[in-house]
Amino acid sequence: MKADILEKMKVLAESAKYDVSCASSGTTRKNQPGTLGSAHGWGICHSFTEDGRCVSLLKIMLTNYCIYDCAYCINRRSNDIRRATFTPDELVELTIEFYRRNYIEGLFLSSGVIKNPDYTMERMVRVVKELRTIHRYNGYIHMKSIPGASEELVRQAGLYADRLSVNIEIPTEPNLKMLAPEKNHQSVFKPMLHIQQGVLQSNEERRKFRSAPRFAPAGQSTQMIIGATDDNDKTILNTTAALYTRPSMKRVYYSGFIPVNTYDNRLPALKQAPLVRENRLYQADWLLRFYEFKVDEIVDDRFPNLDLEIDPKLSWALRHPEAFPVDVNKADYAMLLRIPGLGVKSAKLIVSSRRFGRITATTLKKMGVVMKKAQYFITCNELAFNTVHETSPEYIRKKLTEKKMKKGDAPLNQLSIIFPE
Amino acid sequence: MIVFRYDKTFDGLLTAVFDAYVRKTFPDKLLGEGELAPLFVEESYLVTTQAERADRVWKSVQKKLSKTSCNMITHVWLSEEEGSDELIFRYIRKNLDSKHSIEMNFADPDVLQLNQLAKKVGREAEHIRQFVRFQKAADDIFFAPISPIYNALPLSVEFFADRFADQKWIVYDMKRNYGYYYDLKNVTEIALDMDENMPDGKLDEKLMAEDEKLFQSLWKTYFKALTIKERINPKLQRQHMPQRFWKYLTEKQ
Repeated sequence: MKADILEKMKVLAESAKYDVSCASSGTTRKNQPGTLGSAHGWGICHSFTEDGRCVSLLKIMLTNYCIYDCAYCINRRSNDIRRATFTPDELVELTIEFYRRNYIEGLFLSSGVIKNPDYTMERMVRVVKELRTIHRYNGYIHMKSIPGASEELVRQAGLYADRLSVNIEIPTEPNLKMLAPEKNHQSVFKPMLHIQQGVLQSNEERRKFRSAPRFAPAGQSTQMIIGATDDNDKTILNTTAALYTRPSMKRVYYSGFIPVNTYDNRLPALKQAPLVRENRLYQADWLLRFYEFKVDEIVDDRFPNLDLEIDPKLSWALRHPEAFPVDVNKADYAMLLRIPGLGVKSAKLIVSSRRFGRITATTLKKMGVVMKKAQYFITCNELAFNTVHETSPEYIRKKLTEKKMKKGDAPLNQLSIIFPE
Repeated sequence: MIVFRYDKTFDGLLTAVFDAYVRKTFPDKLLGEGELAPLFVEESYLVTTQAERADRVWKSVQKKLSKTSCNMITHVWLSEEEGSDELIFRYIRKNLDSKHSIEMNFADPDVLQLNQLAKKVGREAEHIRQFVRFQKAADDIFFAPISPIYNALPLSVEFFADRFADQKWIVYDMKRNYGYYYDLKNVTEIALDMDENMPDGKLDEKLMAEDEKLFQSLWKTYFKALTIKERINPKLQRQHMPQRFWKYLTEKQ
């Protein structure tokens, strides 16, 4: 390896870091005897950077040269940043050597677009193909599909990669056109459709022949930037919900907008990335995927934006006091999931334990239910007191959003013993 | 108070269960052979470990409980926590005594506690899989030190053997002073003389493979470059990656 590899590494990692996805889950790939690597269904995070994000995959770009000029992107053509390109061989060696040291779970390969989409995609496919066929590497591979690349190349990529992704970036088309004039939603949805077709077709074939090749077994994912445009949470979550109805779509990621190109006045001037909003969107995303919520229960015309102060489930509960209190000894699983402070794990524990006897508040607490929130919404053997009906949604909201008192802060309502003279 | 003394092996614990049922007296406390007895001991019984008795108990446990719960018992045993043996004893007894297994009754304090402790040990095993960092030595053996709080290394060995099937490696528990060595065919347990060779678990530069230094610095560069400065959140980092692992992490040196 050449001496400039360190510099290249720095440049291309910095260019790739704004991609949020780092999941290495969703597929199991057994080790073939005597070869390197395996992939497990749940994925493994190998490290965490100082911003608390996980490092599971070697998230890197093949090159950060790009022919496009998208306003939100650090690698846009008109930016004066350092540019570099890995050769496919360098990237293959890096992946293998990092993997052998247990630094990473696999490769996340992305790239700026050089010359044309097909040319770029072809080079990316060469990397993953070499990993799988020459080095017989069985670890995880996530590959970006370049918008506009031919169907044939997407097909090939799907044979070697575990997950393919195309980023939608901006939830509505007019806003996308404003920030990235060279792109449109069509260029994003078309490759998504190619991937979906590949997955469905492969599933069909594997039903007939077990040896038929798998196509992107971990499905596809996508990403939206939050806060770069005026789209509200209702628009974003509706787009998300629509995406999740597609058979192969596994994850939608949200990326709080970080102003990388402050000179561009099409972008809003932000002091701080909208991290809380991003978090709330993820919570809403979880409600959609694991808590059996519908999107119009989370946001609607009256409340088009998520409440930043409280989480979306609590917010739903406070808007619907008529659904509470829930009796944890009787309510069905779906209703248990709607209790604030009670998650999938505790709901499952409750359902299996109550066949043996009645469940009390003490047990709930031991199981890990957040009673601070849940107490207002449940009855459990003991008499309910202080529920949302005895008090009021406003009271609960106030109680739960009160700032925690720090040690050393003087309590406000306690009188001082020393009287002023 | 009834006290049973046994040799602090898993077979010993299972033999204690057997003997308790034979004697029809159940211990309030389990002690090691040399451990100090508490005040007011009514009766003390010394368990002699017998593999055959242990086997019979384990078989009936397997008959009564699901595979997951049996695994959980071994997890809890590996936790080496104070009182974990008594917990296993109570758990096995409760299950054997009831008509149907009570493994799903999480309202029972012992069942819940056993589950929670097993989960903690499982998490530690996961941490080992996450945070082991191999250093390549000049003789092509990949070496990694680790010091987990629970004795969870045996739970992760299979994972490494599967994943790194085409390289020789050693994963070494620095705290308990034993480890596993894989020679491309089999995994064997080994004990090294660590204090003399590498007290801090780091390979000496002379012992390293030629390109090891380069890949270490590449990894460090990558790790640093990946941080988004606008989002710095050290608390979150520590939450996901406990500080006790940092001393063996290449990127944190």
